[in-house]
Amino acid sequence: MDLISSLGLGFSVALDPINILYCFIGVLLGTLVGVLPGIGPTATIAMLLPITFSLPAETALIMLAGIYYGAQYGGSTTAILINLPGESSAAVTAIDGYQMARNGRAGPALATAALGSFFAGTVATFLLAAFAPPLARAALSFGAPEYFSLIVLGLLVSIALAHGSVLKALAMIVLGLLLGMVGQDIYTGTPRFTFGLRELFGGLNFVSVAVGVFGIAEILRNLEDETERDVGIRKVTNLWLTREDFRRIVWPVLRGTGLGAVLGVLPGGGHVLSAFASYSAEKRLSKTPREFGKGMIEGVAGPESANNAAAQTSFIPLMTLGIPAHPVMALMIGAFILQGITPGPNVINQQPALFWGIIASMWVGNVLLVVLNLPLIGLWVRMLSIPYRVLFPAIVVFAAIGTFSINQNIYDVYAIAFFGIVGYALIRFGCEPAPLLLGFVLGPLLEEHLRRAMIISRGDPSVFVTRPISATLLALALLAVVIAVLPSIRRKREEVFVEED
Amino acid sequence: MAINAARNDLASGGIFVAFGAYFVLEAMTYEFGTPLRMGPGFMPVVLGAILVLLGIAVIFKAFARPEEEARRPVPWRGIVLVLGTIVFFAATIRGLGFIPVVLVTAFASAMASRNNRWLSAAIIAAGLCVLCLAVFVVGLGLIVPLVGPWLRF
Repeated sequence: MDLISSLGLGFSVALDPINILYCFIGVLLGTLVGVLPGIGPTATIAMLLPITFSLPAETALIMLAGIYYGAQYGGSTTAILINLPGESSAAVTAIDGYQMARNGRAGPALATAALGSFFAGTVATFLLAAFAPPLARAALSFGAPEYFSLIVLGLLVSIALAHGSVLKALAMIVLGLLLGMVGQDIYTGTPRFTFGLRELFGGLNFVSVAVGVFGIAEILRNLEDETERDVGIRKVTNLWLTREDFRRIVWPVLRGTGLGAVLGVLPGGGHVLSAFASYSAEKRLSKTPREFGKGMIEGVAGPESANNAAAQTSFIPLMTLGIPAHPVMALMIGAFILQGITPGPNVINQQPALFWGIIASMWVGNVLLVVLNLPLIGLWVRMLSIPYRVLFPAIVVFAAIGTFSINQNIYDVYAIAFFGIVGYALIRFGCEPAPLLLGFVLGPLLEEHLRRAMIISRGDPSVFVTRPISATLLALALLAVVIAVLPSIRRKREEVFVEED
Repeated sequence: MAINAARNDLASGGIFVAFGAYFVLEAMTYEFGTPLRMGPGFMPVVLGAILVLLGIAVIFKAFARPEEEARRPVPWRGIVLVLGTIVFFAATIRGLGFIPVVLVTAFASAMASRNNRWLSAAIIAAGLCVLCLAVFVVGLGLIVPLVGPWLRF
């Protein structure tokens, strides 16, 4: 099937009125959680997974994807208006965006973010459509050893991109892998780490872990220091860009799109990294680097395009290999599995309507974001003034009911409390939660492929280094760790991420 | 503040060691298997051991290179109320039913914030109860008793 007819199939799915409706609900909810403090896309998607249960697979995944890129967009709105990035990738946007808003140019800043994101989203969607099929075809020849090495690579690269201590990130991954082992063993059926509870035979619920570590732990963190935020800008007027503005943003948008599209494929947080990379690139290329930080429109256009492009291309490893690039993609895997589909290279052949429908819907979602959100900006500004003390009880209640409604299993709800407190403690002691969730999702896969590979090779572990693709992947994984611990890179990494906190 | 930062590493290292040790000890009771046919105990034992080693390394780092970090207050009230309400929810949803449990859960978790008073928490609880009824019971058809068997006479 060639690209055009595939995309045609995709659009016929994406333009189905029901799917447009859910795509709309998705981007709307996404923008909402991007705007609201203390709740990110990971926790939201985790809580909404049960709701998408009853929907057809395409519709459910279209909506969840919409939440993800909608949140990227909403995060930049708060970054610009109140200097508080709703999402980590929007942290860079806050630097110049907020200054523009203070200079009375909130409108153009928001419009730049919207147009840059839209352009980047469009380009990245086409890149996804062009590159996913050949990659999926290549992945079909992967055997168990290659998959094992690929998962190792994915896990280790995510450390290189996480900020903070490499040791702790490694430990979080291993802890996640171990938590993924809870439940019946796939080969022998032996129940493991279940405390004799029948409810745990199926393993820990993915939603409980995600909601606990990303939702409840975050609430506890916010309760450490309760200060309501102050919305300085209540009215946004004049969204139009001048001709001069257009001229200034063209190149930053193009460069940001390119950077984001490439970095987004990397596991671990390509969208955060790409926004930082784009900002420093623009600063370096600018004739007036000193003006950055004082309201340069380039400083909004570049990073915003970069993080949106990365948000789209991070679907590539998910759709072609079944390997998540970061926690939200890990949740998408959960959504695929709930729908009875194993994400991986087979999806494109067995479920072409689903595959291409999701890709086409991303473009539709980007159109919806621009068309709806610029006019609705007043509504989002009003949302900003919802106090946190009203918001977090809602998150707690929704988390409990939502998780309970999946299997009517009360142990899933107890697990939220457990992972809430463990997650909070670990975050407080300086560990990143994302590697834990990635490890948790990939744990069972890692074990399965390792055991299968060993059976195929008759117990010879050298199979991982004698098969060329597997050896290359492992070498890359090793390289990623070496780079992460090299002193010079470490200093640079700390520099890059220091502005985020 | 050096001691405090080292304490962060000590504590997280301790958590890793504890988890790793639990997984190793528990997995020792499962069949270990051979490299050719790995048993259910193989991966947990190996990974658990790695986790213990990583935890020890983190603890060592705590002594070697203390970093500075500001001390933050512990939100005891939030921890008790938020986690307590989740446990309460799980323990009573079958017995008390949807409406009473959601009211109590929402009210108690709202009280976790110092900015909420009795009245504001009650209003939040009532509002959330209506919202959740609309979304989960009416909208999504969640099958759960609205008022549970414990409250029926």
